[in-house]
Amino acid sequence: MAINLLRDTGVPLEQQRFTWRELVQTPYNKLMDDAFTRVRVILMNGIESEALRFGHACARMNGPWQAALAQVRRIEQHQQTMVNWLNPADQDPLETTIGFEQVAIEVTAAVAEKEPDPYLAQVYRFGLLEDFDHLYRYSALMDRLQGKDANALVQSYSDIVPGRPTAIEHRHPLDDLRKPYDRRRADPLTKLHALTIMAGEHQTHDYYMTVGPFFADPVARQVYAEIASIEEQHVTQYESIIDPGETWLEKWLLHEAGEVYNYWSCVESEGNPRIRAIWERFLDYELGHVRFVARLFEETEGRDAAEVLPERLPEPIRYQSHREFVRETLRRELTLSAVGAEFVDREQETEATRAYRDQLNSEGSPTEIVAAGYVWRPGTELTDPATRVRSVSPKSERRAA
Amino acid sequence: MRQSAQQGTNRTGIVGAGQLGEEMVAATREFPPSSPGDARAIGEVRMAYAQAGEGLGETPPPGSLMDKAKAAVTATTGGQPTLLMDKLGERLAFEHAGARLYEALLSKHRAYGSFEGGPSGEDVLHILTEEYDHAQLLERAIKNLGGDPTALTPAANLAVTISAGLPQVLSDPRTNLLQSLEAILVAELADNECWTALAQLARQAGHDGLTQQCLEAIGHERDHLGKVRAWVAAGQGRSAGEGGGAEMPEAGEGPAYAAGEEKRGEGRDAGGRPAGGKSGKGRSTRRERQ
Repeated sequence: MAINLLRDTGVPLEQQRFTWRELVQTPYNKLMDDAFTRVRVILMNGIESEALRFGHACARMNGPWQAALAQVRRIEQHQQTMVNWLNPADQDPLETTIGFEQVAIEVTAAVAEKEPDPYLAQVYRFGLLEDFDHLYRYSALMDRLQGKDANALVQSYSDIVPGRPTAIEHRHPLDDLRKPYDRRRADPLTKLHALTIMAGEHQTHDYYMTVGPFFADPVARQVYAEIASIEEQHVTQYESIIDPGETWLEKWLLHEAGEVYNYWSCVESEGNPRIRAIWERFLDYELGHVRFVARLFEETEGRDAAEVLPERLPEPIRYQSHREFVRETLRRELTLSAVGAEFVDREQETEATRAYRDQLNSEGSPTEIVAAGYVWRPGTELTDPATRVRSVSPKSERRAA
Repeated sequence: MRQSAQQGTNRTGIVGAGQLGEEMVAATREFPPSSPGDARAIGEVRMAYAQAGEGLGETPPPGSLMDKAKAAVTATTGGQPTLLMDKLGERLAFEHAGARLYEALLSKHRAYGSFEGGPSGEDVLHILTEEYDHAQLLERAIKNLGGDPTALTPAANLAVTISAGLPQVLSDPRTNLLQSLEAILVAELADNECWTALAQLARQAGHDGLTQQCLEAIGHERDHLGKVRAWVAAGQGRSAGEGGGAEMPEAGEGPAYAAGEEKRGEGRDAGGRPAGGKSGKGRSTRRERQ
């Protein structure tokens, strides 16, 4: 399906209506649906969440557009609801967390592979190895807290092994800021990529901050606290790659274009016909939003929307396993860190980052504790007789006594 | 809706993943753990927090001087007034939750109908009515002992946390009647165990009236458990008598009943259930004697 961002009209705003019954549909099936259906649902919830977040920030700074923002935002609210409510009730917060990390791995890898700007491709690969490690840590938590195999969610698409260890991902805030793309010269795909990953990471952060306290186990609470802190770093990183010189309306227009791009990518890859129909519907809604905002942009700024938007969308995001790409990145870039906006070997880290990390880890790192010696095995590590023997060894009995 | 799962698509296992699954295992050989140790590291943190932490909470004190005096008298006779109040709160919370479970079960029954050997709508309504009655009984008992039935006691809070998954199962539109009954069975097992404990605590505290009311409730709960077991067994195409489920204790079992009012086994059938429909009509009319 070819999309023309400048000409397709989509559904006009006044025809974008919902009922409560429509908003709450039968969720996808945790046992039967493909893992990438979950990945798409989680990402698109993040995309819509960003639409609301941006819309509110914009309204607070721009009185004249508050009415226009309120109209679009109310629709985005209900779009987000319909999407997020596709997550099933028998998928607990930790299982959904595994889904969030699979989003961060597979979508970031897809973006990193296609990103035309080499510096930004490096930014994505850098973040990718950190989120990749989170999947491993949360999988260890799921195994050791609940006795469950995270691969029931991951469905063998993404490796469950360590990445750049979370314990050394902690950096001073100034070492998480990157160089932004130039709004006048950047490829449209670069802008869509940046908005997509920023939105996904921001929602990941907010999700961990919400569900972390649901856990009783102190290690689980600590793990969520630690990884949520990294997600805050990632939001810092990814929002800093977006040109702050874009006008508010330019940003709004790009947000709507990013939503079109993402729903279209979902339409192109979704295997569940019921969920695909939702992606198609919202693709048409977002095209309506683009038209609405483009008119406002052109009237207000006296510029043609074509200055900001491409006529044709780039290739859709590829929802598939990026196993080899991730492994190759692991082999080559595991030891990277950052000094300011530049990527360097860990030995060259700033004193500020080392001091910051040492302070946080001075009473131990939760992600190291939860995954101490952890090797993922099909069906949980309890399928390994040696693991079972260790669990009841005299050492633990002495400690308990 | 069919009661048993159908064979078809299930993507959760590694066997069906083929080559993707083999690559998952291969990755663990190339990329080893980043730190040594094992799952016991988690236990050490749990111990450290436990040693520094607080409990789940406390029960509210008796409301009046008279109530405090009653509690003191109870304590001198070997009773545990605080524990009794905590456990009364627990049962009240559980009975309220249980009533909601049966309400949800009723919706399930109306939506999907029953199956051969499964419950009728009247069966479900009957148990639901008894759950309402039990809650009322407990509310009165707590008030009579000078407690506040609206207070969430630590044991009540614990019981609700323990059974948090049950309403999730019952209220999920995707679960069928048999799957819902499996959740109900867990609730009934706990209910039976805990009413028994409550009766023992009431007896220890010298509250004969309350003890008798608990024994009547236990009779109902034995009846519920027996029925639910039979329905689950029928749904699975087996007989409840074929060694299905843990043995049900007699209501009068245990040291607290050694010299009890109820004669062991009296009025009960071979399975320990109250005989002759006594349980079905046993709404409590007695009030706690103080």
